[in-house]
Order: sequence, then C-alpha cells, then structure tokens
Amino acid sequence: MELKTPLYQNHVIGGGKIVPFAGYLLPVQYEEGVIAEHNTVRTKAGLFDVSHMAEVTFKGSDALKNLQYLLANDFTNMVDGQVRYTPMCNPEGGIIDDLLVYKIRDNDYMLVVNASNRFKDVTWMKKNIFGDVQFEDISDHVAQIALQGPKSLDILRKLADEKYIPVKYYSFIEKGLVSGIECIVSQTGYTGEGGFEFYCKPEDASFLWDKLLEAGKEFGLIPCGLGARDTLRLEAAMPLHGHEMTDELTPLESDLGIFVKMDKADFIGKSAIVKKSPVTKKRVGLKLIDKGIAREESKIYVNGKEVGITTSGTYAPYLGYPIAMAIIEIEYTAIGTIVQIDVRGRLISAEVVKLPFYKKG
Amino acid sequence: MNIPKELKYTKTHEWVKLIDEKTATIGITDFAQHNLGNIVFVNIQGEGSKLEIGDNLADIESVKAVSDVFSPVAGIISKVNNDLQDAPELFNDAPYDSWIVEISAITDMQDLLSAEEYEELVEKEA
Repeated sequence: MELKTPLYQNHVIGGGKIVPFAGYLLPVQYEEGVIAEHNTVRTKAGLFDVSHMAEVTFKGSDALKNLQYLLANDFTNMVDGQVRYTPMCNPEGGIIDDLLVYKIRDNDYMLVVNASNRFKDVTWMKKNIFGDVQFEDISDHVAQIALQGPKSLDILRKLADEKYIPVKYYSFIEKGLVSGIECIVSQTGYTGEGGFEFYCKPEDASFLWDKLLEAGKEFGLIPCGLGARDTLRLEAAMPLHGHEMTDELTPLESDLGIFVKMDKADFIGKSAIVKKSPVTKKRVGLKLIDKGIAREESKIYVNGKEVGITTSGTYAPYLGYPIAMAIIEIEYTAIGTIVQIDVRGRLISAEVVKLPFYKKG
Repeated sequence: MNIPKELKYTKTHEWVKLIDEKTATIGITDFAQHNLGNIVFVNIQGEGSKLEIGDNLADIESVKAVSDVFSPVAGIISKVNNDLQDAPELFNDAPYDSWIVEISAITDMQDLLSAEEYEELVEKEA
C-alpha cells in the first residue's frame, strides 16, 4: 500500500501526474513536463514535495560519539545550525545510505535519510547505538518542502523575516517562521541550484506549499515532480543511493572520498575501506556522443572488453545532451576516455567527462 | 484526448493510417506521447527492413523511459520520417502528423481498433 504525503491533495489539484515512489504516492511531473520543470529550476525556481524523506533524532550526552562511530564523516567540529553530508557504511565498507546530519546543538542532532532506506537505516542504527543516547524515528511527524532555484531567496524574503533565513549553504535556522508556519529553514537541496528546504508539521504543509507557490508566482515558480528532481540531481552529478551508491560499493568507489574521514577514530566500515584501497573501480561521468539514452545497468565496453556498468542515465534537459554516471574499472576512468555503451543491443559511444556535468554560475 | 476518427489503432497505442490495401503509415497516439512525456530521441529501423507483425519498428526515448513501437502489420519499410530523428519533440506537439514509417507490400495485419474502441481502451487505462 502506498502512503499519501500531507501534500497529496495539493498535487492532485495542481495537476500532478501521481505515481508510487518509495512507498508514497507522489507527482512524477506536473502539466508542464519534466524538461520545462527542470529548466525552470535552473533559471527561476521550482517547488518540490520531499515529505517522503525520513528523519531520525539522536539526543543525549553520547549522541556525538554515536554519530562518529556510525557514520563516515567527522562531526566534532560542527557548529550549531550546521548541516553535514555523510555516507553510512556497513562493516564491509559498502554504503547503507547517504544522509544529512543537522546539528541543532550539543547532544541534539537530526538526521535526514532516504525514504526507500528508512526501515533498513532505523534497524541498523538501533542495533548499533550505545551509551547515553535517545534515538527516535520522527519521520511521520515531519513534512518537507524544497524550494530550489536562483529565485528562491527572493521568494522566501516575501514570507520570512531575514532572521529566519539561513545565510550560508548547508546551514539552518531551527525555529524559523515562514508565512507564520514554524519550521526548520535549511539552505540545502538536491538540484545543483541554491535554495531552501523546510521541515514542518504535516498539518501545516499544505498551507505552506500554497503560500510558497503564491509568493513565487511573480518569479516564475512552478511545482515540480520526481522526474525533474532526478534529472536535476543527475545533471549536477549528485549520487543517488541504489544507483551510484550501493551496499556493495565503498564511498571511495562512489567517488565520495572527501566525505570519509580516515584519520578519525574507528567507525563502522573503516577497516574494510582501508583493505579495499586503492580502489579498482570508480564512479565517472559519461557524455554520450551518439544519439540515445544509456539508462541504468547498461554494460560498458572498451575495445570489446566489458569494463563497467551505468548507474543512472538520462537526457540532460539544461545541457541539451544525454549523460550517464557509471562505475568503471579504474584504468578507463581518465577524462577523455572513449567507451561504448550497450543500449538495448546497440553500441553507443560516450566520453568520460569531469563531474559535475553542470555547475551553477 | 485527441483520437481522430479516420485512423485505426492498436492496444499498444500505435495509430495506423491506411493509404491503400498494401500501404500504411504508423505513429504513436496522443495518449502515448502524453504518457511518455517529453520525447528526446527516436531510433527507427532502416528503410527496406522487412517487418513481421509485432516486430519493433522504432525505439522512442522520453526523458523518463524508453518505449518500443511495434508494427501492427507485416511488410517492408518504404519510407522513414527523418524529420523526427532531428526534432523528436514533434511527437509531443503533433502526434498524428508524426508518422514514423511508411510500410508497403503489406502481407498481413493484426486486428485493429476503431477510434471508438480505442477511446474505450484509453478510458480504462487512464
């Protein structure tokens, strides 16, 4: 059975085309279509329902110690109101999930994890917590809306006092007020554009959504679906768990080495990651030379030898050409390497290019 | 949903325009293009290809998914609409003008749906 987010009615009324995703009924697109939604986020602003994302809290005097042990990044030097991205590894060094750590204050953290991994993550965290820590899955009490694109700040300023608007990327205001609704206002996102994410009570989400759309109208804001969310993150080369990250791939293989702090004390997966270094395969970006789209799990060849597999692929709406990410044997990961991708029995040429494909100006 | 009366249809959302007993053009319906969303590529079998009923005659790629176009007739591809390869968005803009191939020397044809029958099918799927 699929659940409805608190914004389900807003999507239906707004003309969203509803599909099941990660256990929820969510819009894959609105009437304008994926390409228009994508390009509107790049040039103006788009609004996304991301209420399916899951949130858990770690509280108590050993909260930080737990995070240091469970997660691959280092959280000891975070300030209150800061956000940090991290992989969470299994003992074999594979990635259980990737997530955001919100430091509310000492001994009080919120973690945002992928909807499709919620129960796996919660089980894993519960199994591994120790000492004085209160762990709670608060997902059902939190709705999340993402406002993304260059006009986001102009739109938010119409609804929120400056003191509720976080100034730095990857920072947040714990008790913001947006259009009178209490929410966490976070300068984060998954599109490669600037923007904000709002965590609010489920019962306030529908009102906040409508207020944001109304305030954004003059700036060209439109609601966007999961289709554009995927093409935007892919164009910005942001990895997605289950694609560029899996329970088998280490963060170094997924090219997330900067989020793994090997010099901190022990954390789950550390010794396995050490053993698997240097890596023999790695995530790369591919720009397709021939016409076609290489979707996930297309085999990759060099001179007839199989050297890897695509993990995500699409037509990049803003760039105007097809792209893919792939895991490839390390010898073939140099920028400029030409590979062939088997797309439904047809071999299509592609070039290894620098990531991200798109970077905001 | 636009379903022109003068065309025939398949359950897999192709339209067929019979030019004479042995010749037809084939495309995808308004319902199909709407479901696929923005179409960005099409890969069409070459002119002269011999097709049986149910053979793939083209792949259509939208941003979201790839979709096969199946031939409802047996025959030989006599023309390919190259305009679509250069401007695949034509599928979205004008699905019934966007014929993909012309098939000639037709020897066999599957049972096709009338516009009314196709409309009923679409209503069930929508």
